[in-house]
Formats: sequence, C-alpha cells, structure tokens
Amino acid sequence: MPAWMSADLAIQASYFVTAVLFIMGLKRMSSPVTARSGILWAGAGMAVATAITFLYPSMTNYGLIVPAMLIGSVLAWWSGKRVAMTNMPQMIALYNGMGGGAAAAIAAVELYRGGTAGYVTTTLAVAGGIIGAVSFSGSAVAFGKLQGLITRSLRFGGQQLLNLLLLAAALTLGALVAAGVNSSFAVLTGFFVVALVLGISMTLPIGGADMPVVISLYNALTGLAVGLEGFVLENAAMIIAGTVVGSAGTLLTQLMARAMNRSLGNVLFSGFGDTGGPATGAVTGSLKPIEASDVGVMLAFAQKVIVVPGYGMAVAQAQHKIWELCQLLIERGVQLRFAIHPVAGRMPGHMNVLLAEAGVPYDLISDLDEINAEFETADVALIIGANDVVNPVARTDKSSPIYGMPILNADKAKNVIVIKRGQGAGFSGIENALFYLDNTRMLYGDAQKAGAQLIQAIKAVG
Amino acid sequence: MTGMVALYIFMLAAFTGYEVIARVPVILHTPLMSGSNFVHGIVLVGAMVALGGAQTPLEKAIGFVGVLLAAGNAVGGYVVTERMLEMFKASGTRRAGKGPH
Repeated sequence: MPAWMSADLAIQASYFVTAVLFIMGLKRMSSPVTARSGILWAGAGMAVATAITFLYPSMTNYGLIVPAMLIGSVLAWWSGKRVAMTNMPQMIALYNGMGGGAAAAIAAVELYRGGTAGYVTTTLAVAGGIIGAVSFSGSAVAFGKLQGLITRSLRFGGQQLLNLLLLAAALTLGALVAAGVNSSFAVLTGFFVVALVLGISMTLPIGGADMPVVISLYNALTGLAVGLEGFVLENAAMIIAGTVVGSAGTLLTQLMARAMNRSLGNVLFSGFGDTGGPATGAVTGSLKPIEASDVGVMLAFAQKVIVVPGYGMAVAQAQHKIWELCQLLIERGVQLRFAIHPVAGRMPGHMNVLLAEAGVPYDLISDLDEINAEFETADVALIIGANDVVNPVARTDKSSPIYGMPILNADKAKNVIVIKRGQGAGFSGIENALFYLDNTRMLYGDAQKAGAQLIQAIKAVG
Repeated sequence: MTGMVALYIFMLAAFTGYEVIARVPVILHTPLMSGSNFVHGIVLVGAMVALGGAQTPLEKAIGFVGVLLAAGNAVGGYVVTERMLEMFKASGTRRAGKGPH
C-alpha cells in the first residue's frame, strides 16, 4: 500500500462519497419519477460509510459492535417488512426515535468517558444529547399513541409550567457539564434522565391528529442531534447528513403544519387535535341516506367523478376495493380523478402511499390546488371516510377550530355521496355541514363493504 | 477540522437540505420524511466509533444500545422507504410492466 493511501484517507474519501450519495438520493426522492432510485442511492451511501468505519484506527470492542448491529438490523428489517401501509407513520416515528436514542447514546459514551476536549465540543455533545434524548422518548410516545398503546392524552393544569421546569432543569444540568463545573456521574445521569422525561411529558398532551407534525419535528431534531454529535466525533458524513436532514425536516414540518392551518407553536402548546371537542355552530338540515344500488346507477352514468378518500378508507383497508370500483368506472368511460387533501390519512402524502399500494397510478391523483376548481363540473363527489377535510364550515364559521383550513370543495359538486361508517363527528369532533346539504346523500357502512356493494351495483347496470 | 470550517460545512449543509426539499410535491411528503429518517441513520457510524472507544462496562453498555438503536434506524428506515417508493408508478409504466400481482 503506498504511503498516501492510509486508512484515514480511505475513510475520509468514503465519507465524502457517502455525503454526495445522500444528497443526490434525497434530491431524487423529491420527484415521483426518480424517487425509487433515490433510496437506492442513499442506501449505497450508507453501505459504503458503514463498511469503511470498521477500518477506523484504534477501534476495539468488535465483539460488541457486530452483535449489536446484527440484532438491531434484524429486528428493524423484520418489523419494517411486515408493517401494514396504514401503520407507516408510527413506524417512521419508531425508527426515528431509535436514531435520536443513538445520538444521545453517543453523547453519553463520550461524556462519561470524558472524551470531549474543550468547552465547545462538550457543549455540542450536551446539546446533541438533550435533543437526541427528547426525540427518543418523544417519538416513543408518538409511536404508542398512533399504535393505540396510549389512548388518552394526559393533560392537567400547570402542564406547560412543568415542561418549562423540566427544560430548565435539563439545561442547568447540561450547562454544569458543558462549563466543566461538574461532570460527575450523578450530574450526567440526572441530565439524561431529565431530558428523557421532558420528551415524554412534552408529547403526552398532544392529540393524535397533530402527531404527524410532531413526528416530522422529531425527525428534524434527530437530524440536528446527529449533526451535533458529528462535530463531537469530527465525522463529516454525520455532520452533513444530520444537518441536511435537520433543515429539510424543519421545512417539511412547516409545510405540514401549514397544510393543516396550524402553527408549530399551536401544535406543541395547545390541546386541539384530540377528540372530544364539543360541536360548535348549529347545523341545519337532515342526513339523507341512500341505497348502494342507486349510487351504482348514479356513478355508472356520470361523466366526471371525483373520489375523495380519507382515513376511514385506510382503516377499512378498502383501497384495493375502491380502486377496483374506479377501474370499472374508467372502463365505462367515466372521467375519474382522486382528490387528496394534504393531511388526508395520518400524515401528508400518507393517502398517496395507500393508493399507490392498491395500484392507482399517480397521474390520476391530484392535490388540493389542482382539483378544487374541478368540483364544480363534477357530477359526483364520492367521499370515502373523509370528514374534516371536506367540511365547508372551515370556509364560513369563524368560531370553528378548523376555520381557515384549506378544504376540498366537494360541496360544489352536483351530487355528493358520503360513505361513512356511522353518524359520529370527525376526528376533530366537529359536525360536518357537508353531510346536511341538499345535494348530499349518505351511504352508511364500512368502506370495504360499501365498495363491494357498489361494484355489484355497477355490474348490474351492465 | 477547525471550528470555522465546521461552521461553514454546517451552514452549507443546512441550505442544501432546504433547497433539496423546497419543491417536493405533497404526494411524496411521507416517503420523503421516511427517506430523510433513513439518512440520519448515518448515526450508526458515530455509534460504532463511540462503542469502539468505550472502556468501562457502563460505556460499553450504553455504546451497545447506541449501535443497536442506530442499526435499527438505518435498516428500518431503508426498508419502509423502499417499500413505499416501490409502489409509485405512472399509468404508462404500470401498463408496460404489469406484474403478476
């Protein structure tokens, strides 16, 4: 081996390649045409970086590193392969929390070891430690909530005050360590414990509807924590990848919050987004039920149909049935489009993933801005398990919690068919004025069964 | 790596992340969040280095958990992102390559 080709140079060169692959990969992931190749590029980058790290000078404990990698990889591979597409948001939360925990663990090892030299490095390690720990425990709570393991949103008076006190305590302990005043075992351990508790108590009061924004926020935080620990370890790949994710994640979080017409502060510090809010504003009119056979005829002879899927479709796992129904209509020459609200499902883009799983081509799917003008010319708007995202009170009723949220203008269609399991209010607990309109008919039943009935009805039309 | 150079890297990487995401369509928000979740799985190399330098049993234990969690982040993030993106197809390509399922 020539002298210039040291292990260090090989490592640095590989990390450089990895950083390039990550950025190119993310860039490719931002267009549907190239998205698939994007993850392959990023995956190649990860493989290169991981393999070369075994050559790190003065590494020991291989007997621990390899088994830990194997256990983590196998568990994640197994769970990632079998999770249903509907449960994707909480799996992202789980894997993200693991990354945050790993960043906190790096901080812990370096700080307990006294391996950080100088105030700057120690401060960065402490900062990455607290952010990683909050992301770890917070993501775990988010996972628990979406998975249905934690069903209540714990709220009590003075909760914000408690969170502030916890934050202050974590920062104080962290400052003691960073300033080199006291980095004893007790102070360090207290620091990490308080940070973990802070993540839990911050996330517990946040309602399920806001969880996507919170998961996205923790994703950005984990990125930042990884970047900070990258500075501590002088690891360029971690600095670049972590920072890129930190800023990209922050932007994504803002986009999501904006799509829900909520500010980030609102999500973190107020209680809305949970069920149980009283219905505001009186809704006049009555709910008018309709039979599946009548809907079948209406759909079969329509020129233009816009389908609005919501979480109800996802829960019933009805995306395949609904696509079968839509294919029948397309074969009959019906002009059919899917309209997706930015927050349909549990996360922006989640509904697109579910439809893609069923085999719906993405060029039949339109987002809010593209489709909203078209409702006026549609013969039928078929609402499947969507509620708040088509509620016209968001346009008119200033007292409504969802006032100002951009909605799909399904009420402008000539006929509105709502497939819905029961007569309850939506996720936000708000009565939906759309259901009471003169041109609206309700088809009660779970989306899976209703879809099957409609297929029968349309076939019967011949 | 000097402090100033590190700061420049930080600044440029932050802008890069912002620019790369800035024009992403809503339909890719979830996969992209998942993809960026995978990218910060690079924490694995840091966790390996940290465990590689651990000496006391406590450090080794924390380092072990760190590597385990980081590997979970990287592998899990990859698997779910790949599964989601695999399904995104245009109607043209779908007809051409209609699979047995």
